[in-house]
Amino acid sequence: MTENELVLKVQNVSCGYRKGGVFSRGEVQEILHDVSFDVRRGEIMGLVGESGTGKSTLAKVILGILKPDSGEVTHYSHGPQMIFQDPFSSLNPAFTVKRIMEEPLKIQGIRDKQERKNQVMEMLRLVELPEECLEARPNELSGGQRQRVSIAVALIQKPKFVIADEPVSALDVTIQAQILKLLKKLRKELDLSFLFISHDLNVVYQLCDRVIVMKDGQIVEQGDVEQVYDRPQHEYTKQLLAAVV
Amino acid sequence: MKKRNWYLTLGFILTGIIASFIVMGFIWTPYDPNAIMAGPKFSPPSFEHIMGTDNFGRDIFSRVLQGAGSTALIALCTVLIGALIGIAVGALTGYFGGIVDEALMRFNDALTAFPSILVALVIVGVMGGGKYNVILALGIVFIPSFARVTRTAFASLRDVNYVKSVRLMGAKPARIICLHILPNTISVLLPAITIGFNNAVLAEASMSYLGIGIKPPDASLGYMLSEAQGMLSIAPWYAIWTGGVIVIMIFAVGLIGEGLQHCGRESM
Repeated sequence: MTENELVLKVQNVSCGYRKGGVFSRGEVQEILHDVSFDVRRGEIMGLVGESGTGKSTLAKVILGILKPDSGEVTHYSHGPQMIFQDPFSSLNPAFTVKRIMEEPLKIQGIRDKQERKNQVMEMLRLVELPEECLEARPNELSGGQRQRVSIAVALIQKPKFVIADEPVSALDVTIQAQILKLLKKLRKELDLSFLFISHDLNVVYQLCDRVIVMKDGQIVEQGDVEQVYDRPQHEYTKQLLAAVV
Repeated sequence: MKKRNWYLTLGFILTGIIASFIVMGFIWTPYDPNAIMAGPKFSPPSFEHIMGTDNFGRDIFSRVLQGAGSTALIALCTVLIGALIGIAVGALTGYFGGIVDEALMRFNDALTAFPSILVALVIVGVMGGGKYNVILALGIVFIPSFARVTRTAFASLRDVNYVKSVRLMGAKPARIICLHILPNTISVLLPAITIGFNNAVLAEASMSYLGIGIKPPDASLGYMLSEAQGMLSIAPWYAIWTGGVIVIMIFAVGLIGEGLQHCGRESM
């Protein structure tokens, strides 16, 4: 595997929180233990595990919000973006959709109004939202529409690698299917790679190429989706799969 | 169908009426508010003097107009100082947290531990009385409450997903604070400002009542109320009019505050 086929490489990352306040000795609770994996260009990597296993912590470490205690995270593309779980809190309620989508462009320093507008319209088309949405505020949109807007906000910054933290788990099943379809389409059209965090094994099976199974801050199994689902090696993976009927 | 917000409507109407009277008071009053013997002493309300006259024969209506004006002006400036500095301090400490936050908030606690009037008294005592010092003193006294409200709002919003997402875009803290968080705290801040205004009216009135606010012969509602106290048995209308105007003023702005809170709750 040559390096330019990778978008992300995580090597032996461990990360912990210091427990207790100012006056206690501060015992370190380890959240992530010796996590290593990579994400290839154009692939959707699934990350499954129960809540509390450190999936979101891993996302934070990858994004650089948290510093790992040891290990290394290497990005082979600029500016990874994130799609959040809850589309109700990831959009600023005070802004219109147009303003929300323009904001990253403004921050990037694109002064030309027409240029911003063009990019917003292009992105709106890609996530299949009608033009009327532009003037709406988030609370006037449905859950599915909101999630499309947050996908648009992440992608308008032209990332090559996107972390999607449970992007469909707050949505109805039918809407879920639509959003998953959209993500697949966008991956092809924009040459994207995803780290798709989910606790829903069915969704991961539908969408992902490879999958990582995490338990208590450690990776217990990783490999191609078919291989992991058909011939799970680790006891925990077997349990997880058995729980899905 | 949106339900009509009666608090807000009524509040705005009342405040509008009072405001227009106050503005009128700045431009024109029926008599010179400080003119002695504009009419007979202690004359009860009549057509010449709608609110009667006081012990010097001054026209009470004119004085109430002027007094309400200076009281409102002092309250407005006080709230402006308190809100501007308080919101700035609260936004910074709430957003960044950490040691500075702790230190400033403990200082805040210390300041709130004293009754506000007492702190204002000390400041005025050191710097001397008069309109501008009263504004400054009350303004300082009002900073902590605004800082606290703002801090709480900012602290609860600083790790919300949409803020995180803007941070991921590489936005600078100033942009996040002013553009992304501040607009979402308005529903908390506006009611706080109206309540602050009412407290400022009361604080000014109490200070003038205690004789450390505005200097005579200028009128302010609190000062007039303290004057009226001495002639309660001879000219009860003096106290009733002045007190009434304070009550109505506070009631009107309080209604707006209440209305805004309802608005905030609905949009949540």
